[in-house]
Amino acid sequence: MEATKLLDAKGLACPMPIVRTKKAMEELNLGDILEVHATDKGAKSDLSAWTKSSGHELLKDTEEDDVLKFWIRKA
Amino acid sequence: MTEKKKTTIILFSGDYDKTMAAYIIANGAAAYDHEVTIFHTFWGLNALRKDNQVPVKKGLLEKLFGKMMPRGADKMGLSKMNYLGIGPKMIKNVIKKHNAMPLPQLVDMAHEQDIKLLACTMTMDLLGLQKDELIDGIDYGGVAAYIGESEDGNITLFI
Repeated sequence: MEATKLLDAKGLACPMPIVRTKKAMEELNLGDILEVHATDKGAKSDLSAWTKSSGHELLKDTEEDDVLKFWIRKA
Repeated sequence: MTEKKKTTIILFSGDYDKTMAAYIIANGAAAYDHEVTIFHTFWGLNALRKDNQVPVKKGLLEKLFGKMMPRGADKMGLSKMNYLGIGPKMIKNVIKKHNAMPLPQLVDMAHEQDIKLLACTMTMDLLGLQKDELIDGIDYGGVAAYIGESEDGNITLFI
């Protein structure tokens, strides 16, 4: 998937992944896609709850080698 | 655009761990685009103290209070396993190891995220704390200011 921007939040603990994601989203335009990499185990529930509340769309998420990856479209 | 949601937290505790929880929740709520207020009262005021000594005119009792209370967030003790200050040293090591944010940085980030830090003026008087002794960029108020912020709020916590 073509991401407009990549946010590396690996190694960061709660609440940083969500704080950084919010900041990164602010810099994007409508329809842009943000790719987020995180290692915090809570990131999956955190990001899916956050996208639901903020109205952005969580397009896809994967997990490889303990790295959680997310693709979020700005709405 | 819809009206912003609001989170308000009453921080009564002056313990490092509880204050850390309060500031993590506050920063998380700010990332949710909530308008966030932390109302610092009683021991919670210590989170807002400058870490250096500020020369201000005080009575004996106030001076004593000032000496006995932690000067700033980093000097706070733990609510459990404090062990005369060994506990906080241990937990700070663990925080570093897990790449979590230490409390002083969480307070800085709260500033960055425009979280409103409100100091309760009545308890400032009780504990003998003066405005010059608290960090810059905070607001001052009483119970009405807090109620005003939280009456149409969505989340309210007492920590």
